[in-house]
Amino acid sequence: MNLPDDIEVKDIDILIIGGGTAGPMAAVAAKEKNPDASVMLLEKANVKRSGAISMGMDGLNNAVVPGHSTPEDYVKEITIANDGVLLQKGVMTYAENSFAMIQKLDKWGVYFQKDETGEYDMKKVHHLGTYVLPMPEGHNIKKILYRRLRRHRVTVENRYQAIRILKDAEGNACGCISLNSRTAEILVIRAKSVVMCTGAAGRIGLPASGYLFGTYENPSNCGDGHSMAFHCGAELTGLECYQINPLLKDYNGPACAYVTGPLGGYTANSKGDRFIECDYWSGQMMMEFYNELQGGNGPVFLKLDHLAEETIQEIEHVLHTNERPSRGRFHDGRGVDYRTKMVEMHISEIGFCAGHSASGVWTNEKGETTVPGLYGAGDMASIPHSYMLGAFVFGEICGVNAAEFAEGREFAELDMDFIISERDRILAPMKRTDGIPPSQFEYKVRRLVNDYLQPPKVTKKMDIGLQRLIAMEDDIQHLFARDAHELLRANEAQHVYDCAKMAAVASMYRTESRWGLYHHYVDHPETNNEDWFCHVQLHKNEDDEMVCKTRPIDPYVVELDDNEKNAYSQMRVQQAS
Amino acid sequence: MPIASQISMVPVVVDDDKCIAEKGCRTCIDVCPLDVLWINEETGKAHMKYDECWYCMPCETDCPTDAVTVNIPYLLR
Repeated sequence: MNLPDDIEVKDIDILIIGGGTAGPMAAVAAKEKNPDASVMLLEKANVKRSGAISMGMDGLNNAVVPGHSTPEDYVKEITIANDGVLLQKGVMTYAENSFAMIQKLDKWGVYFQKDETGEYDMKKVHHLGTYVLPMPEGHNIKKILYRRLRRHRVTVENRYQAIRILKDAEGNACGCISLNSRTAEILVIRAKSVVMCTGAAGRIGLPASGYLFGTYENPSNCGDGHSMAFHCGAELTGLECYQINPLLKDYNGPACAYVTGPLGGYTANSKGDRFIECDYWSGQMMMEFYNELQGGNGPVFLKLDHLAEETIQEIEHVLHTNERPSRGRFHDGRGVDYRTKMVEMHISEIGFCAGHSASGVWTNEKGETTVPGLYGAGDMASIPHSYMLGAFVFGEICGVNAAEFAEGREFAELDMDFIISERDRILAPMKRTDGIPPSQFEYKVRRLVNDYLQPPKVTKKMDIGLQRLIAMEDDIQHLFARDAHELLRANEAQHVYDCAKMAAVASMYRTESRWGLYHHYVDHPETNNEDWFCHVQLHKNEDDEMVCKTRPIDPYVVELDDNEKNAYSQMRVQQAS
Repeated sequence: MPIASQISMVPVVVDDDKCIAEKGCRTCIDVCPLDVLWINEETGKAHMKYDECWYCMPCETDCPTDAVTVNIPYLLR
């Protein structure tokens, strides 16, 4: 059986989905591993300016640099920050490869701050160890990655949204179905192995401003990978461990305590007093932040007004040229000057992001998901607290392993019935003459998430939220798109919808509280290590239902002393409480 | 299910006098992560067609003629 003319098929050895941070590294690594293999980087935007670091990055948040820390120190720190629930082997693999990756990036032309002796200028932000390395000129990192893609002759396809992973008869990943966001054409890519690097799920909750795209994460990161993983039968993990970040209120970009902290800035309450010991993001820290916001000493501010003029200028240079450079413009509009005013902060909407917390598509220390031939790296995959450097490290690991998996394999027979039914489903909103606009559908999903699913979590509320979401399933058949762009949004909105349901199902399964605010479950306020010292895996069962199961935690590779385990539980400054 | 269109003040402003889209330039359109900049069929210049902005700035930074200004979306200001 042949495919209809309107479905184009391309064959490629190794398919990388997502061209932000991990994706380009995976593509280059696959090419380095096997220069004869064909490698395609599929990107929803344009690889020149896509993903979380489209405008660069102001520093490494987790650099494990000899002389400052050891991989063992780092694994301990993240184990404690993550309340013990993690795949230590995965974090260890990251930590052991962290320094080599810094050196590689340095060689590629990424500039890291060095001290007067020429050594990396490491800063302490974490509670225990020293892991932050500033990149004051980090705005050009995408250009450097792009040059590498060209040099290694990676095939780049921009403006394609990947929508479903294809599997062969044996259950191996063998490509994907994608949609061109400019022409509404369907492209099927047949591959021998697939790496997903689709970023965080950053459009689950609604920002306080109500502006759908004013999210903390780059809003093109809407959970495509999370949804694709679920539908192809891969396990996701830790989804109840939401990502919630401290940020500049309304602007919704990071306050960047990692930049300002080493220079003397800090998070303060309305009296200008410190209330947390440590500005490194953890669920425990967010809990104290939330308590201060809600209590009589709120709201919370970024305090810089006590700093010297030259320090403020340094901070402005870094923050207003890197990562989220429009923040200077935002402050100007409100007449906020770091010299004279504290900057109001707030907490973000919820998301899934292993870059900062621990939620995502389950991946092991080799970057493998639970579906053979399908790999995952970066904010989408489950190695916790991985940040940009973790995305690079696991991007490289996935690229190498995907290249190995592809070797000697043949292209699979395509499942025509599945592809045709998916084409019809994907294009359906454009066939209608009226209906529900994607923006309204998405707004409603995300408003329900804010009303019912964000912490503090309450069973009855989450139950109502889930039922309301399930009722919206009927609305999908009425989604209406007038052009290719709206069709992209309609398909994204369905992925947002999947993620919202996943947030509810995973949160209601783990009947304890853990990770501070991230899983603050009011009905079960205590941490219960007896029953819940385990991963929660969400997946699709044989009846296509969304269900959870537990997964035991693999034996630690670095043991913790009893007195170390609670280091992150004592976040509140004693005299301020 | 009938629909209606609502107007929206968009954050990205393109100076038509400076924009060289008619010479084939598509820089801002290419680099927008959200694909919200398109050619205005009436003027032949780039414009913000969809109010879905992350105020991330590649369009402004990469524009070869400084024609693009990114404002903070009204709801956030």
